[in-house]
Amino acid sequence: MRRYGLRTFALGYLVLILLAPVAVIFYRAFEHGLGPAWHAVTTPDAKHAFLLTVELAAIAVPLNTVFGVIMALLIVRHRFPGVGFVNAIVDLPLALSPVVVGFSLLLLYGRQGWFGHWLIDHGYRVVFAMPGMVLATIFVSLPFVVREVVPVLREIGTDQEAAASTLGASAWQTFRRVTLPAIRWAVGYGVVLTTARALGEFGAVSVVSGRIVGQTETLTIHVQAAYEGFDLVGAYAASVVLALLAIATLVLMTLLKPKEETR
Amino acid sequence: MWRAGQGGWSSFWDAVSSPEAVAALKLSLVVSLLVALINAATGTAIAWVLVRDRFRGQSLVNSVIDLPFALPTIVAGLTLLTLYGPHSPVGIDVAFSRTAVLMALLFVTLPFVVRTVQPVLLELDREMEEAAASLGAGNFAVFRRIVFPNLLPAILSGVAMAFARAIGEFGSVVLISGNLPFKTEVASVFIFGRIESNDTVAAAAVSVLLLFISLGVLLAIGALRHYATRHDHA
Amino acid sequence: MGIAAREVTKRFGDFTAVDGVTVEVETGSLTALLGPSGSGKSTLLRVIAGLEQPDAGTVSLDGRDVTALPPQERGIGFVFQHYAAFKHMTVADNVAFGLTVRKRPKSEIEARVAELLALVQLSPFGDRYPAQLSGGQRQRMALARALAVEPSVLLLDEPFGALDARVRKELRLWLRRLHDESKVTTVIVTHDQEEAMEVAERIVVMNEGRIEQEGGPRELYEAPASEFVMSFVGPVNRLDGGLVRPHDVEVAVEPNGATEEAMVERIVHLGFEVRVELVRADGAPLWAQLTRDQEEALELAEGQIVYVKPARRTVFE
Repeated sequence: MRRYGLRTFALGYLVLILLAPVAVIFYRAFEHGLGPAWHAVTTPDAKHAFLLTVELAAIAVPLNTVFGVIMALLIVRHRFPGVGFVNAIVDLPLALSPVVVGFSLLLLYGRQGWFGHWLIDHGYRVVFAMPGMVLATIFVSLPFVVREVVPVLREIGTDQEAAASTLGASAWQTFRRVTLPAIRWAVGYGVVLTTARALGEFGAVSVVSGRIVGQTETLTIHVQAAYEGFDLVGAYAASVVLALLAIATLVLMTLLKPKEETR
Repeated sequence: MWRAGQGGWSSFWDAVSSPEAVAALKLSLVVSLLVALINAATGTAIAWVLVRDRFRGQSLVNSVIDLPFALPTIVAGLTLLTLYGPHSPVGIDVAFSRTAVLMALLFVTLPFVVRTVQPVLLELDREMEEAAASLGAGNFAVFRRIVFPNLLPAILSGVAMAFARAIGEFGSVVLISGNLPFKTEVASVFIFGRIESNDTVAAAAVSVLLLFISLGVLLAIGALRHYATRHDHA
Repeated sequence: MGIAAREVTKRFGDFTAVDGVTVEVETGSLTALLGPSGSGKSTLLRVIAGLEQPDAGTVSLDGRDVTALPPQERGIGFVFQHYAAFKHMTVADNVAFGLTVRKRPKSEIEARVAELLALVQLSPFGDRYPAQLSGGQRQRMALARALAVEPSVLLLDEPFGALDARVRKELRLWLRRLHDESKVTTVIVTHDQEEAMEVAERIVVMNEGRIEQEGGPRELYEAPASEFVMSFVGPVNRLDGGLVRPHDVEVAVEPNGATEEAMVERIVHLGFEVRVELVRADGAPLWAQLTRDQEEALELAEGQIVYVKPARRTVFE
């Protein structure tokens, strides 16, 4: 009896806060039919926004993956002074408000910024342009690969790698043939999380990009702009695109999680 | 990447003690703490139902929990606005109110406590609960004295993460709250507004304060957690 | 009757763990449920405790039918193989737990805890956490905890299984002494026949969910009811169409008509006794247990052909 009560409560809460809202987006987007929705999502601005979003992810994800694996190796395998500090830095993007992240970038690379000053004089635009957005996206999606790989690396220990080196493998060979296969599911899971974060980033990119329509507007920013411009169908349609990407992410996460956990 | 505390101490103070800034900071702090507490309860309940219960579609529910991690915050905000705002299909309109802010934050912080509690609950030694029962403890006593103390560190970890996320949250709140100063404007939106008006000093000042407040709360939670696990490092 | 479990059946899916078992335990006695893994002994114990609900049958404690009662209300004490220590509480709080949930006054609890800690010789450890104790200490704590509420029945599920050999032996004797003093109806589940023989007054041998035989240690050893009981309760050899105990194997250097030929493979000196490992003509192994004197008299050597005959042989239909 008590069990049903708890179950109803938990599931009811989930429906109320999570499921119903998402379902409604789909409903509203296609309320007036498939046509208008498709139309809204294929305007030049929308298409540009979509491509920009994908481009940002395409840059940020591989970079963060490589960085993540290297960082994880350093943190777990090499004791160096300040490793705890580095560890905390890696977690920083999770604790900072995205607005603050974007703002920091503005301060650093904007017209009066510490670096911006010099860069703009040499003709490099960082803020209100691609580079700034790339930096923002990289920063907010930084931690995921590291955080997924570190515990796995810790758990598998150095025995296998030690065995490989006694058998004559070079550092690179050991990495490629022993370490990498051992961490591949963790990396995969981390990549999925990183991609989801990169695609969905809003706050930091908003601040840094200036939200210039058709130029520095990502799909997420486009949703807000459409909504505020009373283009409801456009906002919902773009949201559906993002929601579908999110669901794809969820599916991938579900598939990869058990493999990652049963190390 | 550190903000500038430019302009000297007095302008920092002015920026930070302006009524609007104070209101925004207070709202962020209060709502985030509230959200963290609510999540402590609901997150534990959901984790319990996922681990100890058995029903159809359970693994689907398990996957769905991560949706707030995958869904862009702006979309989350829009979905909540659509369902619980004007033109709501179910007739509930809480847009542009503090309830709206609360709901948006509950959405984005949902997974944290669930995911920290789940593995601990899975690993929990059932025999402790059986021992307690054999010694005469009723179901509630078993939960209160045995299960809960052992879950507490995990709950606190989740709460800390939920709090950190909530206090800085922007995308999901910016649409549904209406950003009414003194009423529904949270700190991150306030900072955004200051940036847009090029008042970088105020923005920087409030950012720094926000950072310190969240650091303070996180340290407090960390200390609590240390106390709750004293049996491990006695 | 201290404990009466009648016609108890418990199934887990397709698997029948306990099959229509009836067991009666006299008040104040120490009984062992002995059997291999999967014999149903732990399940039966848990049914008696109320930690499992039987599919059929009844459980009575001190004449009271408790079948429908949850463990909280049965007045039992239960000790688990892996201690089930409340790791987040101190040793003292662990022992006090049963009294704490019964809302006893603090002074009463403190006194009783002190009494029990002294009984199990853990007095200096009251403020420590279980993680700081050794396995043996944790199990003593668990026992003190179970006894704190003065249960009418004490149930122990392979209580010494997780401890190393020396500690096991110590705690066995200790449990025996404890029982002699407290006279609580006690049931101990074990797969170790030596333990059962040493500790219990009465042993119930179980196999595949059913009782094979009940009796005192001597009875079981000397008058086993089945092949299973005989081979479980002590070592056996197959000889002459029956089962023979190693110390009942007579070894001679001359044949005498009733003997069988065997070759000495190995002679192992185990301190006070000697184990002679033999192999018969058809390749079947055999071992005989001789005293040092017997072995010396025979002057056996490896590879030697000897002649064996059972002094006592048991045949089951």
